[in-house]
Amino acid sequence: MNYLNLLKVAVKAIASNKFRSFLSMLGIIIGVAAVIIMMAIGQGSKESVRQNISQMGTNLIMVRPGADMRGGVRQDPSAMQTLKQEDYESIVQNKKYVTYVSPEVSAGGQVIYGANNTTTTIYGESLEYFDIKQWSVEQGDSFSEEDIRKAAKVCVVGKTIIDELMPNVNEPIGKTIRFKSIPFRIVGVLKSKGYNSWGMDQDNVIIAPYTTVMKRILAQTFFSSINCSAITEELTDILRQTHKIKDGEEDDFTIRSQQEIMDTMSSTMDSITIILVVAAAFSLIVAGIGIMNIMLVSVTERTKEIGLRMSVGARGIDISAQFLIESIMISVTGGVLGIIVGWLGTVLCANFGLPVSIPMWSILLSFAVCTIIGILFGFFPAKKAATMDPIEAIRYE
Amino acid sequence: MLKDVKTGTDRKVVIRLDNVRRDFKVGEETVHALRGVSFEICEGEFVTIMGTSGSGKSTLLNQLGCLDTPTSGEYYLDGIPVKKMKKNERALLRNRKIGFVFQNYNLLPKTTAVENVELPLMYNSRYSARERKEAAIEALKAVGLGDRLYHKSNQMSGGQMQRVAIARALVNNPTIILADEATGNLDTRTSFEMLVLFQKLYNEGRTIIFVTHNPEIAQYSSRNITLRDGKIRQDIVNPNIQSAAEALAALPANQDD
Ligand SMILES: Nc1ncnc2c1ncn2[C@@H]1O[C@H](COP(=O)(O)OP(=O)(O)OP(=O)(O)O)[C@@H](O)[C@H]1O
Ligand SMILES: [Mg+2]
Repeated sequence: MNYLNLLKVAVKAIASNKFRSFLSMLGIIIGVAAVIIMMAIGQGSKESVRQNISQMGTNLIMVRPGADMRGGVRQDPSAMQTLKQEDYESIVQNKKYVTYVSPEVSAGGQVIYGANNTTTTIYGESLEYFDIKQWSVEQGDSFSEEDIRKAAKVCVVGKTIIDELMPNVNEPIGKTIRFKSIPFRIVGVLKSKGYNSWGMDQDNVIIAPYTTVMKRILAQTFFSSINCSAITEELTDILRQTHKIKDGEEDDFTIRSQQEIMDTMSSTMDSITIILVVAAAFSLIVAGIGIMNIMLVSVTERTKEIGLRMSVGARGIDISAQFLIESIMISVTGGVLGIIVGWLGTVLCANFGLPVSIPMWSILLSFAVCTIIGILFGFFPAKKAATMDPIEAIRYE
Repeated sequence: MLKDVKTGTDRKVVIRLDNVRRDFKVGEETVHALRGVSFEICEGEFVTIMGTSGSGKSTLLNQLGCLDTPTSGEYYLDGIPVKKMKKNERALLRNRKIGFVFQNYNLLPKTTAVENVELPLMYNSRYSARERKEAAIEALKAVGLGDRLYHKSNQMSGGQMQRVAIARALVNNPTIILADEATGNLDTRTSFEMLVLFQKLYNEGRTIIFVTHNPEIAQYSSRNITLRDGKIRQDIVNPNIQSAAEALAALPANQDD
């Protein structure tokens, strides 16, 4: 029998038992939909993490105190005091490839305006911070070099601070808020960045001159980190020189580039995705067994038909092809429906705010897997049909 | 070689049975359906096979149709022992050389007459879809079902189903036609119409083996074999073959015609 006829026969067989065919497809539909959704979420999260990290700034490099020890005891980096004003200054002086540099100190606490208060983090930064983070001031202006030199009590605030503290105030610029009882005059409002993929409100920040935060809030002389947009090797050299670290001695700071952070995050996301997809793949195997079961029933049910076909000249291979095509058709139809359901599910997830993106290869993979399942689990029933004896089969009641 | 009754020339032996036995195991017991059957049938013979119910007629026909193989003994088709053939070779013979009308029709359920008749040609790649359909329609017209082409098998009467089964056996232009009770469910007139058809095929030189319970039909064949208890009891050549067409013409007209 040629393929067209085989297809027709398979379609007819499936159509004459619509409900049963649908039930046997259901496993495949659910399995494929699950795989598609898992992959879409995995891929989507990965992309959104990448996006978030790149939102941190262009080619951001973070310098932190303490060696990046792998294994062994590691001191709490925030307790270490190796990053100082002269580090910052020497980076600024020696920089060739470094575009922007900003030291960073931060403190968490309550901020008060009138009767309202909210919990936030205050970051002490230099002016170049806004360039590193690609963050613009929407209303008013950022603080000035002058403010940094004088450790002036001025700040730029995120949208959330305004929403929480002064919901009814039209003009926040010039108003004074208090952080740990120290008054800060608002000079600018940051453009909203919204939530990042970890669910953090990026607008719940106060940014002030680093000098102000260090002297007036923390009373410390070291930085918690230095953020740059630059090239790693150069920074390492600059810092080693200022710290007078001899050759062969270990760095007393760690430089982590944005790329590294991204890679770590991606590989974490990848392994989560793999686990989810493997779980979904198991459900596909179970679905395949379901198809095999139905095909076996179908072969038994149609024993008489098989006998008849054989008696008019069908060879074993014609019969097995008929059942194999039927099982492939069930699983591939299930696969197509599964892709549609998966796509709808993905759209639904997107509506709930989950980052999703369906990779093309996951659709192709689903197709391939369904065909393989059809062949694999249709093989045994098809073989059973093909090896029947014509006269015994035709007498079967 | 037998002398041709019609022309007196030597004719080729197509079917030769040599002490064919067929046993069936039913639980502990063994049923001997055929107990050593031997005969030769030449090309172009019209053989009727008669015998009481359970005498082994269908079992014999299954052997001749390459649907089943003997428990012992040998069946030579065109000189080749069927037992030694591969499964696929037997399938090919059934498809190209043999037309088989089953005692209980065996039509595909919920399938139209045309599709049922097309079935053997489905397994013959030499036919295109169009040729297949044309051949099926022609065969159905030959059995008088030109007006029932697209009726499904479950929407037809017993006699109509029987005629679909005959059409299916003829559609592949077989050289050997095996019919098991092919007129058992037909009224006298339609039976004669079928007999006319079989005689026409006989005159075309095809070999026909026709199982029947009706002794009258033997007059229209060239030879009659009677089975009893799985053995041949009688094998007689009919020197005086009646014309089914004449008998049909002589039948009183149907009341509602
Ligand atoms: N598959 C089978 N298994 C067991 N016994 C069988 C089988 N086929 C036939 N028989 C037995 O073989 C014997 C001959 O059966 P067969 O069908 O050939 O009879 P028949 O001459 O065609 O009868 P009828 O005129 O009623 O159709 C019967 O006794 C039957 O019970
Ligand atoms: Mg019988």
